[in-house]
Amino acid sequence: MIRLALALMMLAGAAAAQPLPNLRIGLREDPDILDPSLARTYVGRIVFAALCDKLFDINEKLEIVPQLATAHAWEDPKTLLVTLRTGVRFHDGEAMDAEAVKYSLLRHLNMQGSFRRGEINSMESVEVVDATHVRIRLKEPFAPFLSQLTDRAGMIVSPKAAEAAGNQFGNRPVCAGPFRFVERVAQDRIVVERFPDYWDAARIHLNRITYLPIPDSTVRLANLQSGAIEISETVSPSDVAAIRRNSRLRLVLSDELGYQSITLNIGNGPRANTPFGRDPRVRQAFELAIDRDALNQVVYEGMYSPTRQAVPPASPYHVPGIRPEPRNVERAKALLREAGVRTPLPVEMTVPNNPDLRQVAEVIQAMVAEAGFELKINAMEFASSLQAASRGEFETYLLGWSGRTDPDGNIWTFIHTGAPQNDGRYSNPEVDALLNQQRQVNGVAERRALLERMWRIAVVQDVSRIYLWHRKNTPAMSARVQGFAAVPDGLVRVQGLRLQ
Amino acid sequence: MAVWLLRRIGQIIPTLLILSVLIFALQQLMPGDPALILAGEERGDPQVLAQIRAELFLDRPLPEQYVRWLWRALQGDLGFSWRIREPVAVLILQKLPVTLQLGGMAFVIACCIGVPLGVLSAVYKGRWPDVLVNAVALAGISTPNFWLGIMLILLVSVNLGWLPPSGYVPLFEDPWQSLKTTIMPAFVLGNAISAVLMRHTRAAMLNALSQDYVRTARAKGLGERVVVLKHALRNALVPVVTLGAIELGRLLAGAVLTEQIFTIPGFGKLIVDAVFNRDYPVVQGVVMVVAVITVLLALLADVIYLLVNPRLRHA
Repeated sequence: MIRLALALMMLAGAAAAQPLPNLRIGLREDPDILDPSLARTYVGRIVFAALCDKLFDINEKLEIVPQLATAHAWEDPKTLLVTLRTGVRFHDGEAMDAEAVKYSLLRHLNMQGSFRRGEINSMESVEVVDATHVRIRLKEPFAPFLSQLTDRAGMIVSPKAAEAAGNQFGNRPVCAGPFRFVERVAQDRIVVERFPDYWDAARIHLNRITYLPIPDSTVRLANLQSGAIEISETVSPSDVAAIRRNSRLRLVLSDELGYQSITLNIGNGPRANTPFGRDPRVRQAFELAIDRDALNQVVYEGMYSPTRQAVPPASPYHVPGIRPEPRNVERAKALLREAGVRTPLPVEMTVPNNPDLRQVAEVIQAMVAEAGFELKINAMEFASSLQAASRGEFETYLLGWSGRTDPDGNIWTFIHTGAPQNDGRYSNPEVDALLNQQRQVNGVAERRALLERMWRIAVVQDVSRIYLWHRKNTPAMSARVQGFAAVPDGLVRVQGLRLQ
Repeated sequence: MAVWLLRRIGQIIPTLLILSVLIFALQQLMPGDPALILAGEERGDPQVLAQIRAELFLDRPLPEQYVRWLWRALQGDLGFSWRIREPVAVLILQKLPVTLQLGGMAFVIACCIGVPLGVLSAVYKGRWPDVLVNAVALAGISTPNFWLGIMLILLVSVNLGWLPPSGYVPLFEDPWQSLKTTIMPAFVLGNAISAVLMRHTRAAMLNALSQDYVRTARAKGLGERVVVLKHALRNALVPVVTLGAIELGRLLAGAVLTEQIFTIPGFGKLIVDAVFNRDYPVVQGVVMVVAVITVLLALLADVIYLLVNPRLRHA
């Protein structure tokens, strides 16, 4: 018995002495500034997943789970009480407490240039109840608020470090995540190392992580194949088959939070004044001429999930009854006749200039031609296409959205009258009322019912926008990587991640 | 010569000033609102857009923006990157040595391939080595950087596992590793230039070999090796040196694509990323520095020209 105990102790000792491995992750682009208040890029969130813990997180089922907070309670529809985890330290050794939470939330709200303001501007005040409790008061009931705290707006920074660094904080971020910042060489690498005092240190099995921006997807894959990186946060759909054939690599597919859609110009300037912009029947004919399944098969090897709404199937707010209609060219032609338009009807599609979206546009061009549309493709560099869309210099615009945890983040800003990203200027008071209403109720079933009513008007009746599909997260990794959690937001969570 | 040099430097100042106006103006012609791209997915919030424009002086008249930039640039302050909030001067100082290393290696590779092949081709004019070298040169000129780069990565890194597929290690951190990360991109970059150098060396050598002094040298009984390498090549190199300086400028342009493929964090990658992100201070800073380098290289070429060919000093 004693021998056995001794042997076990020696084994444990040997295991403890074994150094933890280092991990290299290839990113699709170089993140912007690493300050949770000022950051904008998606890839930046991948680095933050190691650096900065949030009050809450989401899991594979899109449920909100505790992280730096241990619990929450709505005291009334406008008052949220958050209970904090005890014994949590920032990377500079300072304690993470209610004061730090208050400081961080107010920093996100008030800091000059903060991109978090729009996410949490429903917040009226933050009160420190005691060291482990914070009370957040909202200006009005706002159901999506809690989900905002699962992303950058919920990241808590060290007040001492943030005060000292000012707007240069992002060059050396100090948070309470499992890894602390080591160095950054712009466009080359970001290095973080294990933080020994992390509150959940037992789940951290890596020593260092190096994030390497490798924009070219072929080169990123070559790095993965040659062992120069262990994880590629995303791979091109055309590389999926090659990865599946390679026994040393693994692909972990999961539904993404976002979608691909066609924005239709209904009321933004003179370009909306066409049969297409004026008559929903013409737009319906256009939609009926598109075969989403075939499109998905041709361009994305059937990987994506065709859709007719902005909320992915993984979300509890997805409405199963809102499904794409099968392609029906005859009905499309009949609708065009009914609308009294002369065919072929010229329509222009603005497309961000990347190979797969251009291909999507070309396939759509061929499909809608059969129904009587003469689609002209206008491929533009991304930044220029955004500007053209906001100015109304488009008829249809093929654009994706990375998605938010709460459905409101995928819908309100694109559909509500006068909303910031409603580039097509769609407006329907009934839809606006339903959108506002769903923001104020907390029950899942009730919100979903309101969203269903809204979709029936905005998408089925008015055809204000054509949703095409929900994309998939396509992280690929070496077979040596274990414990990867496929969460719909696509971030690489480092808790539980191992390298064998 | 000193007067000539001073006059030449005097010409550079207005050139650079005009260049600075051009760089600033051309950038303004780029479609796409920088505030929109900088706002990312927050671009729909007019408050955010207004805040970005005010913070970066984008709401001021263009002449004011230009003068503000020029005034600071003259004091050595090239501003901050809008995207990552690091000083542009620091970024340039970080990236310049990387591209210089890559460009230097590429140039050495180009010379090592281009000049000897050019000489060989001229000496064996019309015979099979000439045909072979010409075919190689044509292939070199016609092969696009991005294709050759990807093919080499797949062959050398993925299949053979000899070299890392991308990335960069600074020369002074680990010279061996640095060589391993830069040799493939340097070869890709040097490849096209070696072909150009080869063609020009061949033409210059053919010209030199037909001169009277070469015939005289041969008549004096000098060995063919001495005639070619000492008499003909030295004279033939004069235009090749000028061309080399011009090609160095092209090398910087080629680095844009090569660095992008091999993920080398140099000047080229800096500017591509800055253009796509409408990070104007970085674009302006980098293009201005490249312009200064190109102008100085042209000056250097003129000086070397004088040194190599003493007859020009009296011209």
